[in-house]
Amino acid sequence: MEAATARKIRVVVAKPGLDGHDRGAKIIARALRDAGMEVIYTGLHQTPEQIAETVIQEDADAVGLSILSGAHMTLVPRVVEILAEQGVDDVLVTVGGTIPAEDIPTLKELGVAGVFTPGSGTDEIVEFIRENAAARHEGDGEHSQ
Amino acid sequence: MATEPRQKPPMEREVEFSTMSGHPIEPLYGPEDATADPGSEIGRPGSYPFTRGPYESMYRGRMWTMRQFAGFGTVEETNERFHYLLDHGQTGLSTAFDMPTLMGYDSDHPRSHGEVGREGVAVDSLDDMEGLFEGIPLAAVSTSMTINAPAAILLAFYVLVGEKQGVPAEKLAGTIQTDILKEYIAQKEWCFPIEPAMRLVTDMIEWCSDRMPRWHPVSISGYHIREAGSTAQQELAFTLKDGFTYVERAIERGLDVDDFAPRLSFFFNAHIDFFEEIAKYRAARRIWAREMRDTYGAKREESMRLRFHAQTAGVSLTAQQPLNNVVRTSLEALAAVLGGTQSLHTNSFDEALALPTEDAVQVALRTQQIIAFESGAPNTADPLGGSWFVEKLTDEMEAAAYDYFARIDELGGMVPAIRSNFPQREIADAAFEYQRAVDERRRIVVGVNDFTREDEPETQILRIDPTLEGKQRDRLAATRAGRDTGAVEASLQELKRAAATDQNLMPPIIEAARARATEGEMVAAMQDIFGTYTESPVF
Repeated sequence: MEAATARKIRVVVAKPGLDGHDRGAKIIARALRDAGMEVIYTGLHQTPEQIAETVIQEDADAVGLSILSGAHMTLVPRVVEILAEQGVDDVLVTVGGTIPAEDIPTLKELGVAGVFTPGSGTDEIVEFIRENAAARHEGDGEHSQ
Repeated sequence: MATEPRQKPPMEREVEFSTMSGHPIEPLYGPEDATADPGSEIGRPGSYPFTRGPYESMYRGRMWTMRQFAGFGTVEETNERFHYLLDHGQTGLSTAFDMPTLMGYDSDHPRSHGEVGREGVAVDSLDDMEGLFEGIPLAAVSTSMTINAPAAILLAFYVLVGEKQGVPAEKLAGTIQTDILKEYIAQKEWCFPIEPAMRLVTDMIEWCSDRMPRWHPVSISGYHIREAGSTAQQELAFTLKDGFTYVERAIERGLDVDDFAPRLSFFFNAHIDFFEEIAKYRAARRIWAREMRDTYGAKREESMRLRFHAQTAGVSLTAQQPLNNVVRTSLEALAAVLGGTQSLHTNSFDEALALPTEDAVQVALRTQQIIAFESGAPNTADPLGGSWFVEKLTDEMEAAAYDYFARIDELGGMVPAIRSNFPQREIADAAFEYQRAVDERRRIVVGVNDFTREDEPETQILRIDPTLEGKQRDRLAATRAGRDTGAVEASLQELKRAAATDQNLMPPIIEAARARATEGEMVAAMQDIFGTYTESPVF
């Protein structure tokens, strides 16, 4: 009997804080959608609380935080913290934006799986999410017979 | 008149020969491409239609203003950077505010946490503004302020700093960006819904035309539209259309076009596709002149003369091999100069990663000085005028802009177009197309998708001291503690009362600012009347 059609990877693309630079986030959102994923773009000016709520409500497999305002070391840890408080520990967290190299290790220690800095290719990001988010559903039970 | 058939081009490389905006470029341009009526279409600098420049003497009369955008931390750090830049030869100030200030939040608002002083300087009250301009004589230095939704408040602060220095408002020279339409389109910094925001813009134009003859109350901008990913043609069209919309609103208010139009100014991107940018600026001047005269009935030449500030393209900077950015910025700056800019900011080579260090911004400023004093570019007006290529490209840019004007008019104008997400979608599509071209290496970005290196050396970048947020919160607490709360309350009530009428809001804003109402308090008071704005994004 054929296995059920694989569930589409669900990705929330989010803009935390007051940062209005949405060019990259929109490009990634569209590329992920073109690559066959379900994309929820939160729009601008999201608090960490709002982002976590969206991730949970949308049953997201991954969340991409796009941030170019320099406020990433406050906002990213807060999103990770709230997800943990809510008992959500299996969502792939990625960050894109103007992240200085010296901040990357700290973000990774917090549980951010991938950090994409200026010059990152779209395909690279799509593949990263595809490979690392899919792993989260490998152990799922059958969806249907 | 028969034209010669174009020569078959020699064997060409397998690349698309187009501008970065996708505009096709011919192998050769010649007399057959010349403008049909150069006398009236090209003319002379300083005369209608100003294609060749707004002034007859251009840089022989006065060099462009070297005006580096600066701001970070608290007013103390930024005041220090202002002095550094002035000491190193810049000729005008340009102020970058932090995200909370841009969005109308005080530094102690929950949404401000982590953002204070990061993207610019934190200004919460008149006390901060006084500190920002410590030791800087506003009678002698012109200042540009990049702020939009709360612009009226920052202008009030600036006027009051001038007043304290003994400089009356009518002597103050400078610019405040104020261009709210491009916020909804591209920069995305808003406080209020579109109509109340437009009312504030018209209030500022009206008030300044009466009280501040040396001030530009709006800087109608394409820079941010381009940074968001638009083509050069879209940048040109959307910027000018925004400008026409402000003109229409001011005329509807009952202002005489010749009373306010001379003080409208513009702000364009200076991107890396050299000739396209030069053509863009020339087309902008010609279109603005024609429309101001023929559509809006301007009689004074000053009303038809488009003057602009340019900034080299932030999005062109790479994090990889950052020294390459010095080259990019140089080419972009030269394009702006050859295109006749009145004022110029050059990006620093480290800005793909962070705000600029002192050393990096020095190189950026020197770039302008080398162009100004070593290259010979300023010696004559519109040096590329008459180039078959540049004139043809100018004509084509103009035609592309008019196509967009027609499409926007079909939607009912720029405000309805924004509400229906038209410019936003055009920008998102153009941005996506460009990224695909880069991903597929149809467009090369040196150091990023070609000519790369594995081992990137460390670049020293500017780190914002995180304790500055606490320092700013202390400044704000001191302001709150030191003021007459009764007077503040009364001034905010008066502001709310006025906001609910159609009176000009500059006077009540100035009074509230004088009483040490904070920016956040004034914005919140107006939001009580106006409401707020949320976009419905398209991607």
